Amino acid sequence: MQQIINFIIRNKTFLLFLLLFSISLSFTIQSHSYHKSRFINSANFLTGGVYNYISNANRYFSLKKQNDLLSQENNQLKSILYNSKNNKDLVYIDSLSFNHSYKFTPGIVLKNSYSSTKNVLLLNKGVSDSIKQDFGVISSKGIVGIIDHTSKHYSTVLSILNTSSKISAQLKKTNHFGTLTWNGVSPFFAQLVDIPKIAPVIVGDTIVTSGRSSIFPKGIPVGTIHDFKLDVAENYYEINIKLFNDMTNIEYVYIIENIDVLEISNLLKTSSNE
Amino acid sequence: MNSALYTHIMRFILLSGLQVLVLNHINFLGYINPYIYILFIMLFPVKNNRTLFIFLSFLLGLTIDIFTDSGGIHAAACVSIAYVRPIVLKFSFGTIYEYQTIKFDTVEFSSKFTYIVIMTVIHHLILFSLEIFNISKVILTFQKTLFSSIFTIILCIMISIIFSRKTK
Repeated sequence: MQQIINFIIRNKTFLLFLLLFSISLSFTIQSHSYHKSRFINSANFLTGGVYNYISNANRYFSLKKQNDLLSQENNQLKSILYNSKNNKDLVYIDSLSFNHSYKFTPGIVLKNSYSSTKNVLLLNKGVSDSIKQDFGVISSKGIVGIIDHTSKHYSTVLSILNTSSKISAQLKKTNHFGTLTWNGVSPFFAQLVDIPKIAPVIVGDTIVTSGRSSIFPKGIPVGTIHDFKLDVAENYYEINIKLFNDMTNIEYVYIIENIDVLEISNLLKTSSNE
Repeated sequence: MNSALYTHIMRFILLSGLQVLVLNHINFLGYINPYIYILFIMLFPVKNNRTLFIFLSFLLGLTIDIFTDSGGIHAAACVSIAYVRPIVLKFSFGTIYEYQTIKFDTVEFSSKFTYIVIMTVIHHLILFSLEIFNISKVILTFQKTLFSSIFTIILCIMISIIFSRKTK
């Protein structure tokens, strides 16, 4: 017993190093698997507050650009609204009778990163705005990511520019679907894998979300096909997608809640149990 | 003693604030960021409690990690360079280290340069290998390590020259 205590006292620096190193290593490994990292995220009182404070000041510098984006989006929405064929009485779209299953909440990006391989965004909406894990996040141009952690007033978003993010996406023209991933190289390109060889893939075609995951509705724009090649087994395409979204410059985003998600997951659970 | 403690607390807060709020948004050529918060570890007094020093380094790394949502990669890298610091000090400063305390303001530039380079490269190598965490992307790891190290080293040397008190 005496020897053990002596050993510990003699090597206390090394043991402390080993302990702290393994703690940080375990945090790292946890952060590599989706939804596991519980303690170390920026959606807390201190870091969220600091980023909120800084973002309040920074937002003035991009006002013009964001206004342009907003007017572009308004223009697009107006053109859809007034050109639609069943243009009856627009005033009577009542949120109770209107057939909807997605609820939108606007949010502001407080922190954005795109230079590392695990990029995480911080939003100014949290549990008190009824934001929960696994809600989708989009901007006016296209897809941004999925809500990962939430605190009372803040939430973190697993960006599509994160090597551990996997989102179902498909060709707009046909219904061939695959998984949207990122290889960590350029913030302007993402990769779509597992598209079967039989699909008609042409450079310049549009990629949209597939709506199979119950997080995103179908048809949210992702990007256009930049180039493509067959994978090693030559059965599936690996497609390089040029994103519509400029991920290096996002400020205003929309958080999507699928109201039917509980119903869908319960249904899937009962049918898989049978 | 009390003022030295105060200096170190201020340095901790200033460096981590600078890192998180300014330097993480530089993204020079797309991905190159300097990580100068490790100056805290490099310039920590040599004659001091090693246990406390390693623990403080861990805390510094963890602070950066919480701000950048990066798991524990900065903490791991910081703890490692804090642990290997005596060896690096011995290598770069030689016998000065063994017999008397080093004043970082008064040492020769060449040995100071060696010290900063070695510490930075070790830190960045651990940081980026843990961040990418993929053996098949080893080239990307080295590429990021190299370019970010150059940036960090230049900034660290500039800062240590600007803020050094000339007491020769």
